[in-house]
Amino acid sequence: MIQIENITKSFDDVPVLRGISLTVEKGEFVALIGRSGYGKSVLLRHVAGLLKPDSGRVLVDGQDLTSLRGRELEALRSRFGFVFQGGALFDSLSVFDNVAFPLREKTRKSEEEIATQVRAALVRVGLETSEDKLPAQISGGMVKRTALARALVMEPEFLFFDEPETGLDPLTAQGVLDLIHECHRNLKFTGIIISHQLPRVFDVVDRVAVLHNGQIRYFGPPDGLERSADEAVRQLVTGRA
Amino acid sequence: MQPEVLTSNPTGFAPVVLLQQLGARALLLLARAGRMGIFLGRMVGFALTPPVKVARVVRRVHFIGFGSILVVMLTGAFTGMVLSLQGFYALSRFGSDAFLGPLVALSLVRELGPVIAALMVAGRAGSAITAEIGIMRNGQQLDALELMGLNPFRYVVVPNFLAAMISMPLLACLFDVVGIWGGYTVGVKLLGVSGGTYMGEIATYLEMKDIMGGIYKAISFGGIISWVCCYKGYYTDFGAEGVSRATTQAVVMSSVLILVWDYFMTSAMF
Ligand SMILES: Nc1ncnc2c1ncn2[C@@H]1O[C@H](COP(=O)(O)OP(=O)(O)O)[C@@H](O)[C@H]1O
Ligand SMILES: [Mg+2]
Repeated sequence: MIQIENITKSFDDVPVLRGISLTVEKGEFVALIGRSGYGKSVLLRHVAGLLKPDSGRVLVDGQDLTSLRGRELEALRSRFGFVFQGGALFDSLSVFDNVAFPLREKTRKSEEEIATQVRAALVRVGLETSEDKLPAQISGGMVKRTALARALVMEPEFLFFDEPETGLDPLTAQGVLDLIHECHRNLKFTGIIISHQLPRVFDVVDRVAVLHNGQIRYFGPPDGLERSADEAVRQLVTGRA
Repeated sequence: MQPEVLTSNPTGFAPVVLLQQLGARALLLLARAGRMGIFLGRMVGFALTPPVKVARVVRRVHFIGFGSILVVMLTGAFTGMVLSLQGFYALSRFGSDAFLGPLVALSLVRELGPVIAALMVAGRAGSAITAEIGIMRNGQQLDALELMGLNPFRYVVVPNFLAAMISMPLLACLFDVVGIWGGYTVGVKLLGVSGGTYMGEIATYLEMKDIMGGIYKAISFGGIISWVCCYKGYYTDFGAEGVSRATTQAVVMSSVLILVWDYFMTSAMF
């Protein structure tokens, strides 16, 4: 379970998050939506412990992420998977080695076991024929799918996605979303996904959080969005200003 | 990390404003220096505590050390040759051109070998280190490492640090040897100093402490280059422009620091 308690964050005196509270239950999948530049990535980076809040805290299964350091933090993070907006693949490693990287560094598995697991993950995301290519040699959609495979291969309990389908053509984007959906059904991870694929992402998640002007303006099931009394929420969902 | 004074709007009396701005700049500089100091502390700390990623260190030695051999040999040869020319010109005025060998060797071993080799490594490998780490920062690869529960210092910074400290003394020695040989070629083959004298006098006058001094210098220069270049990459501003600025700054700053530190080490070792 992830509990975000009253987080605030400013950059150079400009407030980006003004008191955010959210609770994601175990096994639940939450979509974080909102307009560009409103701090969705910043919020997700707090949940992953990459940024420290000015005030407030993040609890993961009751442990205060903001106060953990060193080995304890590393141990907690081993249960996390994160799919970055740009993929964040290691440039110098092939698709295969990128996916194998966390297994090689974090587990004591033999190279054969690793190869089996990596191939399985690559098959799952449909990249089995590109395993020897470098990140610079594959398309944007393939980069995102590789990043997904790298996050999935560790079978994390918590998975965070920062716009995993942005910049892809509609069909590929739908494919990535379907893939994430399937993984959630199989692995039952606790997850947060930032997405602009409205309303498609609503089929994938249990609840939706709307971030607007540094605050959560809606948090509930997808089908309640249209009936929200909040003008900003309805505008975002209907796409009309 | 900006001190508050910078963002607060200075108002009023001109000298006060000036003082405020001066103070703000000083604070900013101090904050930066502090951040660099902390970076150095963490770098050394992680280097001294296992586990060390040996395979990565080896790969970095290949890049920083092996990759610099050609440029170090080239600059070493010409430095030795020009030293020989200039030295011969000066020494023959006192009729003491027999000491050409020790002059060339001492200049190289004590001073020019470590310094010029370090400057070459800063330009060739240091800039690449900054660019590489800067791109990793921008591409969120450092964040990705951290989120896998892996320490970016251990994976990216420490291997460069150790590799630079291993490579630099070897490169400096290579520079010395090639330089002495270059000096020999010019002095003996071109200017007519006797070959036996050139080499013989080197053996007489070059002491172990000169050689060790040069090696200590080279090791510390390796530390400086990797420290500055990793730091600049680690705290790169965003975008391609940020990376190119960081790279330039890294080379300039490590070169300046090498020369400043060289003075202090020389005066301490006298
Ligand atoms: N490290 C940072 N330093 C300064 N400002 C930042 C930083 N990260 C994000 N911001 C600012 O925070 C705001 C929200 O950014 P972000 O979370 O990336 O938006 P989005 O909702 O599109 O993901 C932006 O105005 C951005 O400029
Ligand atoms: Mg974003």
